[in-house]
Amino acid sequence: MFDNLMILFQAPVITVDLVLNGLLLGAIFALAAYGMALVWGVMSIINIAQGEFVMLGGYVAVMMYWGGIHPLLAVPVAAVVMFIVGWALYRAVIFRVVDRDLFVSILATFGLSILLQQLMNTAFSGNVQIAEAGLGTVFLFDGLVTLSEIKVVAFVLAIVVGGCMVVFLKRSRMGQAIRATAQNARAARVMGINTDRVYAVTYGLNAAICGSCGALVAMAYNIHPYIGLPYTIRSFMIVVVAGLGNFAGVILAGLGLGAAENIAGFVLGAQYQLAFVFALLVVVLVWRNWRLAAKRQYLK
Amino acid sequence: MNVGASRLLGYAALLAIGAAAPYLFPNYQSQMAELWLFIVFALTWDLVGGQMGYNSFGNVVFIGVGMYVCAITQVGLFYSVAEYNAAKGGGQTVFTFDVAQYLEGLALGLPLAAVSAGIVAAILGSAVLGMRGHYFAICTLGLGVAAGQIANGWEWIGAGSGMVVPHAPSGIGDTARFYYYFAFVLAVITFIVVAWLYTTRFGLAINAIRDDEDKAEAMGLPTTRIKVSAWVISALFLGVAGGILGNLKRFIDPIEVAFAGATFGVWMVLMAILGGKGTLWGPVIGAVVFQVLKEVFWTYLLGWQRVALGLMIVLIVVFFPQGILGFLRDRFPERFGHKVDPALARGAGGAAE
Repeated sequence: MFDNLMILFQAPVITVDLVLNGLLLGAIFALAAYGMALVWGVMSIINIAQGEFVMLGGYVAVMMYWGGIHPLLAVPVAAVVMFIVGWALYRAVIFRVVDRDLFVSILATFGLSILLQQLMNTAFSGNVQIAEAGLGTVFLFDGLVTLSEIKVVAFVLAIVVGGCMVVFLKRSRMGQAIRATAQNARAARVMGINTDRVYAVTYGLNAAICGSCGALVAMAYNIHPYIGLPYTIRSFMIVVVAGLGNFAGVILAGLGLGAAENIAGFVLGAQYQLAFVFALLVVVLVWRNWRLAAKRQYLK
Repeated sequence: MNVGASRLLGYAALLAIGAAAPYLFPNYQSQMAELWLFIVFALTWDLVGGQMGYNSFGNVVFIGVGMYVCAITQVGLFYSVAEYNAAKGGGQTVFTFDVAQYLEGLALGLPLAAVSAGIVAAILGSAVLGMRGHYFAICTLGLGVAAGQIANGWEWIGAGSGMVVPHAPSGIGDTARFYYYFAFVLAVITFIVVAWLYTTRFGLAINAIRDDEDKAEAMGLPTTRIKVSAWVISALFLGVAGGILGNLKRFIDPIEVAFAGATFGVWMVLMAILGGKGTLWGPVIGAVVFQVLKEVFWTYLLGWQRVALGLMIVLIVVFFPQGILGFLRDRFPERFGHKVDPALARGAGGAAE
């Protein structure tokens, strides 16, 4: 296990390769986390079905690929489809759990996540699917570092989608309403904002972001019905590290997590990569809690 | 007949039915054994989740730890665990257990399962139970899945291809019936212990933590110690339950069975909520209803059973958060010992209309 750790020091090129590939992966994590930060900030709901939205977006891309359409087109299409799905789920379920006990909303979205997982498993079987975009490979450092082009494209598109969201939130009227609701929902309601509609749009937007994220995952990596939970956990972790409402922090934390995960997968062995993510979540939360407790001691 | 005597008679009848059930319904023995284990899951979840207000998705860790520790003990007493798991039942050595060996393995394995689950709960609990709300729920979810992933990568305990629990020798008789009584006794003991706990100061303390933890702490309760103890108590029972469940299923798959967050981890929460969170009988009723529903889904909706379960979670949580007991209590308050002022009740009903 620690042989691989030594390799990292002896062959820095491998480290560079791992870090670069990790950063490319991290942009996708950051995108999903971005949606979670939005929903958490505006509606105070932790959306356990986050990863399932990513998975659904991936299947949109896979279906377009099967239909002979270039999967890069799936990025906007998945966003639109998932916006509708998110809106519908809000109207059907989520609006009943907003403003209720925290645990009710967690458990309700957990139920949705199991439901979506199983529906997709029934529809598409449990096999791994890829939407082949047909791009080549980039070689750096005399071919010692390889990056597949689609991952680079996915990285760029993730940044573009994130940028679009920032512009939308800053410039559009709906974006302003969303930010106002996040600040104080009651005050926003008093000022004439239809918060119910804002919630619906926010949840739809979250699904749309996750959908385009999923389309990128399906092209650059792969998709199967059970990939959801790790994405939810990563998003949660990224938002906790970055802090609510800090979108630059979300991107940095996402990139950092991608790189850390890739290196951990190499050092510990690929079978422990997910275990590393989940254990890291626990460590991050315990650390955060310990820091909060220390602050309280100081106040006393 | 006064209330105490009729209640005692009711308990005696339930015990008698439980003891006779495998002879009355011999085809459903393993399902009924599973039901008793589900009752243990729901009761112990409710101890922490319902009565203490710490909604955990991570209690499944203790089931998994119990399962593995019990199976490893059963094997490890007589053979090399690594060899046993590498062979997967075949290979050079023939791994057989005679009746004495098998019973010895169980006699040592089940207590060890409880103790190790308790130790794990004490260690994890002191790190995790400081969190509240969202953070605690997701952190425990992470704990459960992390444990599953670690077991999934660990060669010594069979990694992803799982571990076969030693098969019972023929001298044991009907294995399902054998373990039915283990599960039955465990459920009865769990119920008695939990019911007793709720009558003690400890029970009051965990309710105080649920209602207002800061105030409880300000009143001088050692909240951290109480929270960790509650988790350890539920882990002790879950460890034994895990050991029995592993022997009942005879096969441990780290992600599908032992640390199955999306099944046992959520089911135990669902059972407690379905019956009525924060009540003594709620989890029991919830577990019975849930197990029946689950078996019906499995029989008649094959392929769609988990879709139905997911839908059920959403429906129960969204529309029925009070659970069966909570619903009944609202409808028939007098039967639960609440005094109702008829004038006031009519007034409240009128206001709602």
